Amino acid sequence: MALQNERPSGSAGLNDDIGEKKRLELYRTQVVIREAEQRAFDLFLQNLVKGTSHLSLGQEAVAAGFACAMQKGDLSFCTYRGHAHTLARGVSVEKVLGELMQRDNGLMRGKGGSMHLTSEEHGVMGSYAIIGAHLPIACGAAWRAQYKGDKDVSVCFFGDGTTNIGAFHEALNFAAVWKLPVVFVCENNLYMEYTPIGDVTAVKSPAGDRAAAYGLEKIVIDGNDADVVYRAARAAFEKARAGNGPSLIECLTYRHSGHSRADPAKYRPEGELEKWKLRDPIKIYKDRLKQFGVRPKAIDDIDASVRQEVDDATEACKRAPMPPLDILTTDVYADGGWAWRN
Amino acid sequence: MAEMTYRDAVARGIAQEMTRDPDVVFLGEDVAKAGGVFKATVGLFEQFGPLRVRDTPISEQAILGAAMGAAMTGLKPIAEIMFSDFFAVCFDYIANEFPKSRYMSNGQTKCPLVVRTGNGAGSRFGAQHSQSVENWCMMIPGLKVVAPSTPRDVIGLMAAAVRDPDPVIFFEHKSLYPMKGEVPDGEIVDTLGSAKIVRPGKDATICALALMVPRALAAAETLKSEHGIDCEVVDVRSLVPLDTQTILGSVARTHRLFTVEENPRLCGWGAEIVSIVADEAFYELDGPPVRITTPHIPLPAADILEDIVLPTPQRIAETVKRSLGS
Repeated sequence: MALQNERPSGSAGLNDDIGEKKRLELYRTQVVIREAEQRAFDLFLQNLVKGTSHLSLGQEAVAAGFACAMQKGDLSFCTYRGHAHTLARGVSVEKVLGELMQRDNGLMRGKGGSMHLTSEEHGVMGSYAIIGAHLPIACGAAWRAQYKGDKDVSVCFFGDGTTNIGAFHEALNFAAVWKLPVVFVCENNLYMEYTPIGDVTAVKSPAGDRAAAYGLEKIVIDGNDADVVYRAARAAFEKARAGNGPSLIECLTYRHSGHSRADPAKYRPEGELEKWKLRDPIKIYKDRLKQFGVRPKAIDDIDASVRQEVDDATEACKRAPMPPLDILTTDVYADGGWAWRN
Repeated sequence: MAEMTYRDAVARGIAQEMTRDPDVVFLGEDVAKAGGVFKATVGLFEQFGPLRVRDTPISEQAILGAAMGAAMTGLKPIAEIMFSDFFAVCFDYIANEFPKSRYMSNGQTKCPLVVRTGNGAGSRFGAQHSQSVENWCMMIPGLKVVAPSTPRDVIGLMAAAVRDPDPVIFFEHKSLYPMKGEVPDGEIVDTLGSAKIVRPGKDATICALALMVPRALAAAETLKSEHGIDCEVVDVRSLVPLDTQTILGSVARTHRLFTVEENPRLCGWGAEIVSIVADEAFYELDGPPVRITTPHIPLPAADILEDIVLPTPQRIAETVKRSLGS
């Protein structure tokens, strides 16, 4: 088992394999997700975010680690818990919050909602709300790359609960047999929704222990350490780009909030959340930056600029109009309309 | 002009499009080296090679999901689902993914793909390999749905489906595979959303689809020769887009409407056509519209039983004759 959990000491200096520039990007990305998700929760309490929303508070390192290892043109396929992955690819906080707040400035002008964030110009090829649906779809995008000789990698994020649905197994086998440039990323946050994943899964590592069935290496990593995630992502992308087929990576992490906004997460044993908060990915990474000699002022500046960005986005969304009713019937078909008859 | 089977027309239609456009690729179970379980895709693997014509595992979700991912990112996949009954195990893609991604993404996502499938009864395969499920797809906004009844239409509508920028579900009727028909030489390209009057007549309009078209035509011949009733037969061909103008125009001339469906009774496509005609041409009608369907039961396997439940030329002719009071 390749449990990559080594803690770099300060001695590696700023010129280790990740480097200061990338580390600051990893940190900033995580803070953007943290602040935007926290704001989404606050706006929900004010009844300004409607419908449902599934937050990634506590899971920021997975999204940041993978996105920062991606190149332009690489494709992200996300789940309904997809705000983090969308933000991590560079989509603006305003576009994401606007969609959650059902405004005309939202990423899809209110037509998709929280669970379907999509921004193809950023390589975010959709957020999929039917468990497992996007694993085969990511295979198809990877098949296109293989067929056309394109060098992009398709990266597919999903939760631990997905490992028990048929599409997961169909996609893993398909990708392995066709040797596709796709990377499957399981965010194991220990709960499928309200039920502990261990209660409903025949193996200990829901993704890792299934890898062997598809001839893949078992990879289980610390999903709360962005450096560890980044390194695992980089290795998997290299393998995919070299034509050596798919990877399945299980990231151990924990969500600080409930499954969705309707869930107070009372099923968690006492003390579990507090224990995981000691391993808060942002706290870990802030310490990491300090270890590598980044000045506290530089870190504070990132925090302040992100907060400003989220504040500005919130105000812009509050001012933004609701979507006009004439978009109701647009884009059902490729001609832009909805006509089903003459 | 040459005579060709409906089965061979499938391979010719796909080959025509693969020759034209290198982005057209084809995948499915047993479709490549074996040439398909119905032998409808024989020769494609040899002609276009293993990168473009690919055998898949028995993984219907992977087949349709992969087709979608490829379509979203620049290819024009044709995916085969061996029997349309198997749509039930991959319906997420048909119902939730293909047809909704463009709308949900506010027009960002494209999905130009074709799912072709063996549909319909008559092969004594029983309740899970014989259904006509085109109505399952007709009810979903965002899909297009076609079902050709002749070899020529197989080629023309396949070309139209592959060239269409939306997801198209292409229903081939299993019992039509051995049927022969005249097919012009050269490229054939049809348009989606056009019905065809395959027999003009003045006394009644009979709307039919796929296998029910030749049966409706046979019934029309009997009605004419034995009872002097002159029926117009409309091959609906495309359920979405639906060519209501051809149907409404026909009813305006004949003043009677019959639909012939293989679907079980409830929520078959004929109900939608009857509803449209009732809404928009009620005062053209000289009598109630009549739906001829299979009864609302699962399909039986034994030939003596299956033959009773499907609409036959005899049942169509008798129903029309009785309804017209002749």
